[in-house]
Parts: sequence; C-alpha cells; structure tokens
Amino acid sequence: MRFRVSVRICLKPGVLDPQGQTVEAALHSLGYTGVQGVGVGKAIEFILEASCLAEAESQVEGMCRQLLANPVMEQYEWKVESVAERASDEERAVRA
Amino acid sequence: MNAIGVVVFPGSNCDQDCLWALSVLGAEAVPVWHESTDLSGLVALILPGGFSYGDYLRAGAIARFSPVMQAVARQAEAGLPVLGICNGFQILCEAGLLPGALLPNVSGRFQCEPVHVRVETARTPVTATCEPGTVLQLPIAHAQGRYFAPDAALADLEAREQVVFRYVNAAGEPTPESNPNGSLHAIAGVCNREGNVIGMMPHPERAVHPQLGSTDGRLLLAALQKVGVSWRGPGTDGGGGQRAPAAASVELNAQAAAGSGGGRQWQ
Repeated sequence: MRFRVSVRICLKPGVLDPQGQTVEAALHSLGYTGVQGVGVGKAIEFILEASCLAEAESQVEGMCRQLLANPVMEQYEWKVESVAERASDEERAVRA
Repeated sequence: MNAIGVVVFPGSNCDQDCLWALSVLGAEAVPVWHESTDLSGLVALILPGGFSYGDYLRAGAIARFSPVMQAVARQAEAGLPVLGICNGFQILCEAGLLPGALLPNVSGRFQCEPVHVRVETARTPVTATCEPGTVLQLPIAHAQGRYFAPDAALADLEAREQVVFRYVNAAGEPTPESNPNGSLHAIAGVCNREGNVIGMMPHPERAVHPQLGSTDGRLLLAALQKVGVSWRGPGTDGGGGQRAPAAASVELNAQAAAGSGGGRQWQ
C-alpha cells in the first residue's frame, strides 16, 4: 500500500526561535499587528510503501525519533494518508 | 603508533587545518575516512569543523549515521579522548555522545570572529594542562552554535562539572556582550560525564601560530595529545586506562526526549 506522509517539526515551547521573532517583526511592520507567537519549523513530505496503515505509522514514528526531529529541542507531528489506488494506476499508465 | 585520528566526513572543511595544527605541535596525526570502522591504535580522535552533509536537516544530523560513528561511540565508551570542534561538536550532540543541542545563532548570521573563552574545568583531556579560570582567545566560525539543553539538564551539567568552556570577555567575566550566539549559560564547550568526550564551538586548530592571531589553541591540542598517549599507554594496543562504560549523556538526552510532545498525530 502507498501512503502520503507529512511530518511537521517545530521547536519545543520555550526554545528561543530568532527566525520566528524576525518573521513576526516583519509581519508587524507590514501592518499585521495582531500577529503573535510566530514559530518557524519544517515540513517533510514523502510517499511510503508499507503493508498496512499501522506499519506505515510505526515506520514514520521511528523516522521522526531517529532522524527527522531532534527531541532535545524539537517536537513533531505527522499525518499518514492512504494514497488512492487509482493514483498508482494512473502512474502505471504514464510509465507504460 | 601514537597518532591522533582526524575524521573526514563529506563536507568537513577543517580536517586539513587540524592535521596541520597537530603537525605544528609535533604530534602524529592521520586522517580517518568516515566509512572507516577501525579506530584501533589511535590515541585520540578529533571530529573537525565543516558542513558535513551540507548541514541538511540539522547540523550533524546525518553525519551521526556515518559508519565511523558507531566505532567512535564504542571507543568513547572505552575512554578514548574524543574532541568535536564546531561541526564535530554538533555531530557528537546529535549522536547522543554529548548532552544538549546546537541551534542557529540568535543573530541569525554566520559569525566568524575571535572570542574569549574561560576554561571551567581541568578534568578533560584538552584542558588537563590549564588552570580553571584561564582565559583563551580562539576564533569561532559558525551559524548554529547556540548551546541549548533543558533547564534540568543544564543544572545537571553544572553540578557534574561538564561545562568545559564559557564565553567571557577579555577579563574573564561572562557578559551578554561576550556571548556571541545566545548559548544558554554562555556555554562554549561541554564534556560527557566521564570527561573524555568534549565538544566545543571555537576552533583551537585555527589558533596555533602567531600569524593566526593567537596561539592559545596549542595548549588544548597539545594536552589532548599528551593525555591520549598516556591513556593508551606506550606500546600497548588495547588501552591501559579503560574506564567503566557509561552512557550518561545519552541518558540526559533521553530525559529530554521523554518530555517531548512528539508522536502525536496531526490531523
């Protein structure tokens, strides 16, 4: 089965985020004065082949722990969605 | 052989500087390719500065999975002196061999300038010949040097004398102005609980000749060589001074991880 995976990584609350502060100041200077608490993080997206949803989720969790995020200062969230079989049929057609 | 190994990762760029600096001191030094898994015979190891794997994802995040790093972890546990400089420090933190993490500088800029650091402890191989309180002038050159660890881990580091260098002014006092990157507790270098694995952001290998503006780096590299040779013992292969294995800094990082909000599903 194919899954579309999105991983979102951001700094833990309380970790100073100078990039977020700079973006926030820029938004304020553009007149968006209601903006507060800007945090800048990372989004990582990929396609994963796995036998079932539980297996895919378990692999994604492992990837986050081992490599994608550093738990000392970052937290992460992920989303695993099954990719419709029709999409892979289309891809096969394109390859053919 | 009494050689210090200098690990070369794809993207390391201070490896030749380290080899040259050690040769200036009359120390034997050899490059160690990152695919090597045999570190036998070395008396100490340096993980040099640079941009291993392009600093992609996080500085040091990918280099920690290089084949050599498993051997580094084994040797570090056996007591081999290991010094990570700049990117080497970042790699040791990512590998869990040192506590904490290095974040982008508060300034948002790559900073390349001479700084003063104070030696906080003489219990590591690089500071063994320094009096605590000694102020050294060394250059920094990094974009991600802001030392971070959770509060409890920081308190533990201080209590266990694991802070090795602190950014200070020329008079040896830590001030907001003398902290170049926003490091917590003005930390410029730390060691593991045992003291044999050290990471530091400043570059001692760039401070070994008067024409480089400082020779203070000589003290640290010469001490590393001296301690390494006596640790290994003359003519021995296995190491006379083997210490009890412990994974203290890994524990610290695990504690930090336990408090993480990771693993939630994002809808």
